[in-house]
Amino acid sequence: MATSAISLRPGLWRRLLRRPAALGSLLILAAVLFSAVFLPFFLGSDPRQTSPETFVPPCGVHPFGTDLNGRDLLARTLEGARISLLVGCTGALVSLLIGTAVGMVAGYTGGRTDALLMRLVDVLYAVPRLILIILASFLLDPWLQQALSAFQGGRWIGYSKIAILILALGCMEWLTMARIVRGQVLSLKTLPFVQAARALGQGHLQILLRHLLPNLTGVIVVYLTLTVPAVMLDESFLSFLGLGVQAPQASWGTLLSDGAQALNPVRSHWWLLFFPATLMSLTLLALNFLGDALRDALSE
Amino acid sequence: MLAFLARRLTAMCGVLFCVLTLTFLLLRLSPGGPFTRERKLPAVIEQQLLAKYRLDGPLWQQYVDYLADVARGDLRLSTKYRDRPVRELLAQSLPVSALLGGTAFLLAVSSGIWLGSIAAIRRGTLADTGSMFLALGLISVPTFVTGPVLVLLFALHLGWLPAGGWNSPVSLLLPALALAGPATASIARLTRTSLLETLEAPFLRTARAKGVSEGRVLYLHALKIALLPVVSYLGPLAANLLTGSIVVESIFNLPGTGSFFVNAILNRDVFLLGGVVLVYCVLLVGMNLLVDLAYSWLDPRIRLES
Repeated sequence: MATSAISLRPGLWRRLLRRPAALGSLLILAAVLFSAVFLPFFLGSDPRQTSPETFVPPCGVHPFGTDLNGRDLLARTLEGARISLLVGCTGALVSLLIGTAVGMVAGYTGGRTDALLMRLVDVLYAVPRLILIILASFLLDPWLQQALSAFQGGRWIGYSKIAILILALGCMEWLTMARIVRGQVLSLKTLPFVQAARALGQGHLQILLRHLLPNLTGVIVVYLTLTVPAVMLDESFLSFLGLGVQAPQASWGTLLSDGAQALNPVRSHWWLLFFPATLMSLTLLALNFLGDALRDALSE
Repeated sequence: MLAFLARRLTAMCGVLFCVLTLTFLLLRLSPGGPFTRERKLPAVIEQQLLAKYRLDGPLWQQYVDYLADVARGDLRLSTKYRDRPVRELLAQSLPVSALLGGTAFLLAVSSGIWLGSIAAIRRGTLADTGSMFLALGLISVPTFVTGPVLVLLFALHLGWLPAGGWNSPVSLLLPALALAGPATASIARLTRTSLLETLEAPFLRTARAKGVSEGRVLYLHALKIALLPVVSYLGPLAANLLTGSIVVESIFNLPGTGSFFVNAILNRDVFLLGGVVLVYCVLLVGMNLLVDLAYSWLDPRIRLES
């Protein structure tokens, strides 16, 4: 990694769009995001509406087919996309906040605080994190449900599990971000402009937020792009095991779990697996490609 | 060296203690007990069951009791699989999981290093872009997609391999492949980056100038140094394989430890969960220790101090 400060320089966008992989990824992500947010309004089919037409293969009325309970798979996949993207993006934002804060403080203060924080990161790396996430989500869910039931007549109660997933995943996925931000701050803080700021009498907080943070945007954006797919994978992993998003809500993980169960040698309902799997893999691939391309474009 | 080992083992006990405490408290504090059923048990019977498994009385008392038992090597009885010792359940399921994890580990390390070296040596060629595209694909497609696809292809469509269950070593092949996928990709990417950096090092030019053959330069001199980041990744890799095996075991119906982990949480089976988590932590922390030792052995400049 370059020792000089990397930030979002003006030419970045142009350099990024020159790469076909990055351009393609951006287009795919835009398409997925657009269809997840707006397509349900045009379709008008309810993802929870059951019907007697179970296991209908893809056809004109149901482009993705229907599932075990006769629900339209297209509508379900789009609902899954909404929830998976929501968890992925907000979870990554939570991890961004924690990781950047820890990394900046550790790198800037140095000494004992630094050693302590980095030991904490080491320990958390060694602990099976998903196991802690599962445990934490089980303990906190009932409490949050209780809290939400009093709020606005309980209309948000179904979202408690999702909120917990976001928090728990965000609180566990910040480790790499913290390490990288710390490394950057360590090299940045020796540069003359930081000393100049100190000499001009600026406080530590001001130096951290006004002078160091803007120079960190590059690495932060790169690792944010790479954390989103990681969080989405974790979420779908938990949902696949039945420990994440709960029915009747759907995420890509729960849809894939249904699809995997529907595979059998007698009659394989391939569409139940095929459509959610393709959409999810495409999204994750695009995010990873974009992150890689951003990193390359920044170090150019 | 001995002092290093001693310090690491103490730290390991600390981690185990913390994780066990968290597991026990979180599971006991979460609503629903091990004997909560759809049909409610009479209060007297539930009380007696709790007393039998020493889950009555104040929470701290239960916790201290349990910890003392674990320290003595007694993992207690499972509350779900009635009256079977946790130790016995683990002894039955661990070999399956270990075999699966071990196969996937070897598969991932060998094919990952191979793929990464090819990409680095033939930088910029079709082999490079192709293998790196494959790697990114393997990272992005989760195991619970590759698993069913492999089943569909090799078991249901072609009929070459069993779709699941635990009958012969052959039945381990598909699950190990699915499990190794993402890990292979991470190792390939790491190897490529690191080998590209190493290939520009002056000591390789020296070796070439002295007439060392190109093969020896690449595979003996360069790869040995280039593999250091890969070695340090083996710790997190073990963690990934471990959590991944939970899903893979459920897809392929393997009687491994992963299913116990999920079921123990759903059934509030405190002692079984404690046992599984303990085994997982020992594996992970032990793996990290091994990695550190291997690291200092590969690169003598690194001292085992901190």
